[in-house]
Amino acid sequence: MPDVYEDVIDSSRRGLFNWKELWRYQELFYFFSWRDIKIKYKQTALGFLWAVLQPLLMMLIFTLLLGRALNLPNQSLPYPVYVFSGLIIWNVFATGLTNAANSMVNNAMIIKKIYFPRLIIPVSSILVAVFDFAMAFVLFVLVLIYYQQPVAINAFVYWPASLLVSMLATLGLGCWLAALNVKYRDFRYVIPFLVQILFFVTPIIYPTSIIDYPYLQYVVASSPMYAAVEFFRFPLTSAMGNPTLVYISLTTNAVLLIIGIIYFRRTEDYFADLA
Amino acid sequence: MQPVLEVHNISKRFRISHQTGGYLSLRERMVHAFKFEKTSVEDFWALDNVSFEVNPGESVGIIGRNGAGKSTLLKVLSKITPPTKGKIISRGRVASLLEVGTGFHPELTGRENVYFNGSLLGMKRREIDLKFDEIVDFSGVEKFLDTPLKHYSSGMQLRLAFAVAAFLEPEILIIDEVLAVGDAEFQKKCIGKMEDVSKSGRTILFVSHNMGAVENLCSRAILLNQGSIVKNDVVSAVIRQYQAMFYSAENNLYTDNRTDHTEEAFFRSIEVNTTGNQPSVKLEIKCQLVSTRHHKTGFVAFDISNSMGITIMQAIPVQNPFLSYSAVPQTIKVEIVLPPLIPDSYRISAWFGSHNTETICWIKEVVGFEIDQSPTPGRNFPHSHNNGFIIPASSLKP
Repeated sequence: MPDVYEDVIDSSRRGLFNWKELWRYQELFYFFSWRDIKIKYKQTALGFLWAVLQPLLMMLIFTLLLGRALNLPNQSLPYPVYVFSGLIIWNVFATGLTNAANSMVNNAMIIKKIYFPRLIIPVSSILVAVFDFAMAFVLFVLVLIYYQQPVAINAFVYWPASLLVSMLATLGLGCWLAALNVKYRDFRYVIPFLVQILFFVTPIIYPTSIIDYPYLQYVVASSPMYAAVEFFRFPLTSAMGNPTLVYISLTTNAVLLIIGIIYFRRTEDYFADLA
Repeated sequence: MQPVLEVHNISKRFRISHQTGGYLSLRERMVHAFKFEKTSVEDFWALDNVSFEVNPGESVGIIGRNGAGKSTLLKVLSKITPPTKGKIISRGRVASLLEVGTGFHPELTGRENVYFNGSLLGMKRREIDLKFDEIVDFSGVEKFLDTPLKHYSSGMQLRLAFAVAAFLEPEILIIDEVLAVGDAEFQKKCIGKMEDVSKSGRTILFVSHNMGAVENLCSRAILLNQGSIVKNDVVSAVIRQYQAMFYSAENNLYTDNRTDHTEEAFFRSIEVNTTGNQPSVKLEIKCQLVSTRHHKTGFVAFDISNSMGITIMQAIPVQNPFLSYSAVPQTIKVEIVLPPLIPDSYRISAWFGSHNTETICWIKEVVGFEIDQSPTPGRNFPHSHNNGFIIPASSLKP
């Protein structure tokens, strides 16, 4: 036997994650995401186009209905670009969170029959949302060209940073909800509300500046996605919002990530018994 | 030589909460937090201090009745659920097949499912690429590789699933009754494949009800009962003990006085008696069916299995539903004309359902009867399971 390795299973818990093991299972991350993407667009006539159409239609609706009704203060960005830039990064979170939170329950049959690091499931369901993002990003570039929107060179830093921040936000909350959902199915019903509330709290369709009360601004900034949205728009507007608000959002993000990962780790061993 | 698998004092506890069924809901949790009464939680030890070792290249069978802890043991060994106490040391790659076709998705094509399932079972992508043609060959579904799985027959799905598993190359292979399904020819193919695996020096742990398959495949067996090891010895000795423990003749009456039934109906009692002599023995089954709440109209069926755990026949007295809900217990009397069976201990499972696939209750192997005479008059030579279970009447034509 060439690569004999010893494996010990016992009742005590060891560390946070077994990184070596996660690395050994790297292909499974890919296969889970690949499967989910395939299934998502199987038997659809438009296929991957849906990933593009969804944010496009949302942008049109918000532009037609809200763009006029809200009577927004003059922005440096055309409203459609403003909305689209918010939506595209928001969708990583919204789709990713919904997928991740339901992923454990949806894959219960697999969890009960085969062992692999459980973290693979929520993480790969987030990667599906990133795939959709990549598709929609192509359209986003076209929209930018159409509106002749100048983009600062720092986009190469801020856009990846924004994507990373939103993935971490999704991972933290997603893992937490996924683990809770295994134990209490109530969370299945909580998730859509949570996503909806955060959508209105995060400045996607309106700028934070229209909020007059500073305290309310802090509440808004506690959305884990606030920083990601600000980062994403920064290369377009060259004006970052109040840095305090960005720090608040990043802190919320970090706290949620730690809670989510630890809770997930503490309960993952028992998923097969509960699912 | 170091053992490839060391199991030290493994115990597994399940908490059975009497009020909640399945998963908890938050509301229940909150309600209980404000009530002073305690939820009645009962500890159930599915495994109790189990220890054994397996040497490289050995094939070990794990046998026991339903609920003996076999499946829990496999789940603990395959890391699906952690043990409450104890320690397991494994040396080598472990692959477990607790089900064939785990993760198969109806929307994906055969090819896609092979890749996903193979990866789940721990194969590398490169490995699957290399073995892909062999896998497809073994499964015999090459024509449908790019068809979504939902258009496959269940037999084809099973073939494909087993084919993927058959090409796993772990040092330790853990298999749960996956052979209980599929047609006879395919089962033979699978057993053959597993024999190849064990001959190639890999270790197999095999759980089954089918004593025949265990005897064929394994050199050693472990008998579990109520979570503990009863016997760990060469396979023939363990099977003998199993048969002695669970197939005694004195077991012709079953009664169930529990009051916490969750099924819509249950059998309160089942009594069996045989009358007549070989080769025309009649079996009389008398049972009492109690409805706990309204249910669909249904009918009964009885499975008869032999001491190897193989179901050899099924008696369905009436093909159409005839038993509807009744507030009082209903007595059912059935007479079964037995075929000329070889001497053995036989077990009966009673089933009640509204449709062939809709089970209301099913109580497995709780009563039995003994056949001690040969169906062939005057025969003293003992019968063997290897030559079948039924001796049909036959004669030379003049």
